Amino acid sequence: MSRVPLDPRTAPTFQQAARALLGDAQLRKNVRHATDVIQTKRRKLVEEKQDWQALRESGRQIRAHVLENLDVYLEEFERNFTKAGGVIHWARDAAEAQKIVVGLVKEIGTTEVIKIKSMTTEEIQLNNALEAAGVHAYETDLAELIIQLGEDQPSHIVVPALHKNRAQVREIFRRTMNLPDLGDKPADLADAARRFLREKFLRVTTAVSGANFLVAETGGVCIVESEGNGRMCLTMPETLISVVGVEKVVPRWQDLEPLLQMLPRSATGERMNPYNSMWCGVHPGDGPQRMHIVLLDNGRTEVLADREGRQTLQCIRCGACQNACPVYRQTGGHAYGSVYAGPIGAILTPQLMHLEHSQSLPYASSLCGACYEVCPVKINIPEVLIHLRHKVVEQNGWYAPESLAMKAVAQVFRSERRFRAAQRLGRLAELPLVKSEKRSFAIVGQKQEASDGWIGWLPGLLGGWTSTRDLQAMPQETFRDWWEKRGKQ
Amino acid sequence: MKVALFITCYNDTLFPATGKAVVEVLERLGHTVEFPAGQTCCGQMHWNTGYQAEALPLLPRFLQQFEHAEAVVVPSSSCVAMMREHYPIMAERIVAEGGDTSLPERTAAILPRVWEFSEFLTKKLGLTDVGAYYPHRVTYHASCHGLRSLGLGDGPQTLLKSVRGLELVEIANLEQCCGFGGTFAVKNADVSSAMLAEKTRAVLNTGAEECTACDNSCLMHLQGALHRQRTGVTTRHLAEILAHTEADEEAEDALPTEVTL
Amino acid sequence: MSTAREEILRRVRAAKGASTLETAAASYAGIDRSYQTTATLSHEAILDLFEERLREYDANVFRVSALEVGAAVTEVLRSRKIERVLIPEGLPEDWQRGAEFVVDREFSATELDGFTAVMTTATVGIAETGTIVLQTAPGQGRRAITLVPDYHLCLLPVISVVETVVEAMRLLELTKNLPTTFFSGPSATADIEMTRIKGVHGPRFVDVILMN
Repeated sequence: MSRVPLDPRTAPTFQQAARALLGDAQLRKNVRHATDVIQTKRRKLVEEKQDWQALRESGRQIRAHVLENLDVYLEEFERNFTKAGGVIHWARDAAEAQKIVVGLVKEIGTTEVIKIKSMTTEEIQLNNALEAAGVHAYETDLAELIIQLGEDQPSHIVVPALHKNRAQVREIFRRTMNLPDLGDKPADLADAARRFLREKFLRVTTAVSGANFLVAETGGVCIVESEGNGRMCLTMPETLISVVGVEKVVPRWQDLEPLLQMLPRSATGERMNPYNSMWCGVHPGDGPQRMHIVLLDNGRTEVLADREGRQTLQCIRCGACQNACPVYRQTGGHAYGSVYAGPIGAILTPQLMHLEHSQSLPYASSLCGACYEVCPVKINIPEVLIHLRHKVVEQNGWYAPESLAMKAVAQVFRSERRFRAAQRLGRLAELPLVKSEKRSFAIVGQKQEASDGWIGWLPGLLGGWTSTRDLQAMPQETFRDWWEKRGKQ
Repeated sequence: MKVALFITCYNDTLFPATGKAVVEVLERLGHTVEFPAGQTCCGQMHWNTGYQAEALPLLPRFLQQFEHAEAVVVPSSSCVAMMREHYPIMAERIVAEGGDTSLPERTAAILPRVWEFSEFLTKKLGLTDVGAYYPHRVTYHASCHGLRSLGLGDGPQTLLKSVRGLELVEIANLEQCCGFGGTFAVKNADVSSAMLAEKTRAVLNTGAEECTACDNSCLMHLQGALHRQRTGVTTRHLAEILAHTEADEEAEDALPTEVTL
Repeated sequence: MSTAREEILRRVRAAKGASTLETAAASYAGIDRSYQTTATLSHEAILDLFEERLREYDANVFRVSALEVGAAVTEVLRSRKIERVLIPEGLPEDWQRGAEFVVDREFSATELDGFTAVMTTATVGIAETGTIVLQTAPGQGRRAITLVPDYHLCLLPVISVVETVVEAMRLLELTKNLPTTFFSGPSATADIEMTRIKGVHGPRFVDVILMN
């Protein structure tokens, strides 16, 4: 049942993937519906929170402070988690993390694990690594279960199966759970999942998770969820292995005050999600008696090293930027070729890939700023996108065709004389493309007849414009020509 | 007040009527307009596409041209957003690269005097009625930069509501991007077109004859689709509506109308 | 060859410069926390809000005096047709009325699955969000007992209900090392077409008795 994971190293460019997905009317309808619903709920609950901007500022400062002092808090967390009976492992990259988790599972001697939804384990493609070692991982979050049984890929960090509708989910469950009479009401489908998984929760003795926050001062772990599958995984088994990005630590318990308020409102449009679990290591008589945490780098320290890109690591994975993004809302998540889709993915993925892959992602945005506006920890995503575009340009070299053109235009803007010459030249160059239309409109008391031309086809790169849009031809007189003439009168 | 007009490169070349309208409105209100001749571009296209080195020289150029001005008025929110958000960074960058150390201070000094056109009228001059007449059904498109970077709020709508004869109709999902995004429209033409299709539908659903905005870039994008689809709906910069008076209307009626497609 | 631990910490320090406990503490103290930290409502209004939020989650809420608890438990369990209830150690004898009460004796997962109902007290209630906070303590038990049974009857003194999340977090500061579960209504999912479905793996039905 292993599936092809989203892998930025082999994914097509955003443009290519988006073109294919834009043709999938059902998918676009599903994505639109889901993001509309969450956005509407979110907006209402953010508006009722009088201190929202204060919460955001505090959240931003806490997360930025952590990154500035990450070494201190990682060591403090390690100390306290170890004192509480847990075992810390460190993984430089995905392969090392896979090896650690597979090793731990092998040591236990089990062939099955249950999993809480975790984008970090998706990032390191853990399920395939376990599968290769003869261990089956059962996804227990409803959306992840749909993805796993449908041999699909997650398309959103909070609701990974939002691109599927009830009929599609029913087909997957009917086929894989052997339930020919299954109805298509969401309640029927959730009930099928409940029965399918109940037996696994009671039987399987090892669980794998991510984490939302690690608390340095207590060595505590915080996992937020809705369905109770998380609580099942983190209380019923004998062993819990959590794979957590190094940036997920916060200094103290009190730092959860703003974060736990903003996360549910931003993520699912709830005042509070049904379950938050917080605990410290091993508690005799309660929950797993063996607890491992794998602290994962996998490119994060390189993001940290980039002063302008660093804020990307403030992310608390609420997905609000995805729901708000007009680009994501058209294409859904798969176009981004990574488990991290949408605006946050467009900045995180290329950085985790050392910009060797995913160079098209920083351009997958109109820079409209909706993502920055909704981000609970104020990550200035447009600013980071621009920063990454700069890095891509530098990487591609001065001899790239686009670069040559942009440099030529830049030269034009550096001199009034060249600028005027270019304006004249532009009018000449477009002449063969212009179809003329006559229209009359008086402006500024000049009762003149204007002659409008329109361009319906442009060559090369610019052809993207005219595939759906006309372009108005350049007027005969520029503003500065008019201004000069006016001065002479 | 003596106002320096920064027309912006694309308005200068493609939308001179907008510049004329700005001049008309400001002069009608009793202000003096000057046009520093050495001005070219704010640098947004280069900066936002990743060509930062190419954008940098445009900052000292802008300062040189406009530093003396009491107020700088720009009929483009995205260019003003570019200046407010990125000029301070650019100034620091130039200094870091061994350039003119006076730039950060000079940039900080001029930015509070730089105004987007509608913002200049509503926030600086505190006006809502500028004496315009425009007997048409119009909808207002909020550009992302005007809405989010400049925080124009309902300033532009307040101006429109005071225009005699004008019927302002609200568009659905006002805060949604039209899909222009500068080079995005070309680099991601498919997604951009899909976003545009939604915005065009929203414009058509208002039943307006015309769509206005504070940015000709969005309007050029919208007009491209509205024209391609032969909808008959036109676009016009806010300044052009505010410049329009009863006298213009009469002159226009006297003109022969001829449209050939 | 360095270990992964040393390597990652080295990378972190190289990325942003090394920090010390002292510099971190100084910068931590400067973090802006100007969000709301205290209640704005009267206690009576807080209780009303708490009740309203719980009802939004389809929980039944009963307000009773300390002397009426046993009777209220009897009444609630009868209406739910529940005859056997799992309880943790430490629940007062006089609350155990109206059904057979079985104290948790480290039951196995399968044994827990045999219970349809559980009754506990709780540490704090949060009105703003309709949240109840459970901790591993006498009267509340280990986490699994409030998870596996399908029905949870929760008893909470009214003095333990606060208005905001922040107030609750500050009360919990003293016991933050205990396993802690915030629950806000029954387990739920909206993974299919954003339709909220009550009850997936955690308890599907919750009732709350608020005790004066």
